[in-house]
Amino acid sequence: MSTEKSSIDLTKNNTYRSVKDKVFLWTVIVISIITISPIVMIIGKLVWKGFRQINFSFFTAVTPSTFEAMTAVANGEIIPGGIVNGITGTLLLVLMASLIAIPVGIIIGLFLYENPGKRYADLIRNLSDILQGVPSIVLGLIAYLWVVKNITQGYSALAGSVALAIMMLPLIIRSTEETMKMIPGTLKEAGLALGVPYYKVIIKVLIPSGISGLSTGVLLAISRILGETAPLMLTTLGNPMINWDVTAPTSAVPLLIWDFYNDPNMVDLIWSSSLFLMGFVLTLNIISKRISAKSKA
Amino acid sequence: MKSDTITKYVLLFSSFIILLVSGGMIFSLLGDAVPVFEKFGWRFITSTDWNPTEGRESYGALPFIVGTLSTSILALLICLPMAFSTSLFIAEYFKKSAFSSIISSMVDLLAGVPSIVYGLWGFYTLRPFIVSLGLDPQGYGIFTSGLILAIMIIPYATSLSSEIIAMVPNELKEAAYALGATRMEVIFNVILPGARSGIIASFILAFGRALGETMAVTMLIGNANIIPTGLFSTGNSMASVIANQFGEADGLKMSALIAIGLLLFVITGVVNFVGKFIIKKLS
Repeated sequence: MSTEKSSIDLTKNNTYRSVKDKVFLWTVIVISIITISPIVMIIGKLVWKGFRQINFSFFTAVTPSTFEAMTAVANGEIIPGGIVNGITGTLLLVLMASLIAIPVGIIIGLFLYENPGKRYADLIRNLSDILQGVPSIVLGLIAYLWVVKNITQGYSALAGSVALAIMMLPLIIRSTEETMKMIPGTLKEAGLALGVPYYKVIIKVLIPSGISGLSTGVLLAISRILGETAPLMLTTLGNPMINWDVTAPTSAVPLLIWDFYNDPNMVDLIWSSSLFLMGFVLTLNIISKRISAKSKA
Repeated sequence: MKSDTITKYVLLFSSFIILLVSGGMIFSLLGDAVPVFEKFGWRFITSTDWNPTEGRESYGALPFIVGTLSTSILALLICLPMAFSTSLFIAEYFKKSAFSSIISSMVDLLAGVPSIVYGLWGFYTLRPFIVSLGLDPQGYGIFTSGLILAIMIIPYATSLSSEIIAMVPNELKEAAYALGATRMEVIFNVILPGARSGIIASFILAFGRALGETMAVTMLIGNANIIPTGLFSTGNSMASVIANQFGEADGLKMSALIAIGLLLFVITGVVNFVGKFIIKKLS
């Protein structure tokens, strides 16, 4: 009697446990779907509201004045002009930030790889980790204090790229070190054993064999800084014209989005500009994923 | 031989750049924050009065500190169940299946969305939604900002947690299954205890991200220089007050904004250090 009862209890218990298990599984599935739904909604909204504004002049003309935009909106037309000043500004900023951060980051990454387990290298690694966590707005303040106040005596593209370069640096250092660790040490030793100077081993052996890892790191770092707005507000300010002068204020796509958002007449332009920015960032992400997948295969 | 020594020194000297940048950062922020700390002392942190009017200037950062902490903590609370479920989905339930790679690449996409685009989406989609639910007539405030921050930090918490959950040895799980445990029991009695500190670290690092986010919060928090009184109250965060008031700042006000930047730097630094420390202990 008692054994029978306990076995009945056990089966009851089992159903309860398996129901609980099923409920938990479905909760996990539902919450996961809710978690990723914003990305679908965000991309959907950008495409839906933005594609109408994207045309030839969007990529060739500078931003319209508020008055031009107001007239167009009042007549029910598409706002004229484009964001070419933002696109060239973003290119200038990213190019200069890359010129600063990529070589320096790769060299520091090589230094960390060459000195594993040393206290000083650990300190550098930890500092670089801390740098990676510094909020971008604080980097904007720093670039303002260093470059805007002391070097260019005014808002400038150079200041913005310094802020962006400090953002890129830790990412590139980390990806360089990780990539170098994956390269078989025998490759390096073979070169050194042949009497090749060490700098040549770096240039001819280490960097070429790690090129896919390095470029993945660089592309991810660029895609991280492309959409940065806050540090640029404190450093490059914005410019309604195309500007290639590094000591002058420059516009950038995210800065234009911020301007459009604050100007009721231009508000229609935010979606196309954001769509363009997102497309740019996502393309870089996908390319870097492809490269790293190819190198792993 | 000689070129090798030069190469060595080039590598060594390049590492000084990191020392210079991090040291210079603290030095510059401290140097420019001194005037405001000299004038107000601890009152800069404990006072709630923010008044840039010439002659009656008074700067207290407490409302912004409270705003930053409350939005970030709320973001962390919302992010917890979502990132945890998503990492279980990716690393346990559908490990190595097509579902898992779809969900994880979507999570990666979330990480790629620029802060300002989150702000726009929050302003034009999330805010009207909150208004239509009748939660708040305006839709600005701590809750909306916390919600958008939660979405922004989910990818960081998820990618690290799922890596750590996937690392729990199969033998342990199989032993529990052999004893008749259900999947859920395995998750709560085998995986969680094994991955606990790694998961905690991933949430700490995600919290550190939330503290410094600027644009999306600026667009949604309402930018009122008051201590938020409730979930739907407006407020202001440290990062947003810098972004909003920097343009017209000079003199003492500039110093006050830089001091807020310094505080933000210190707070995020400590949070990140704790998170990284836990991860380092694990590996």
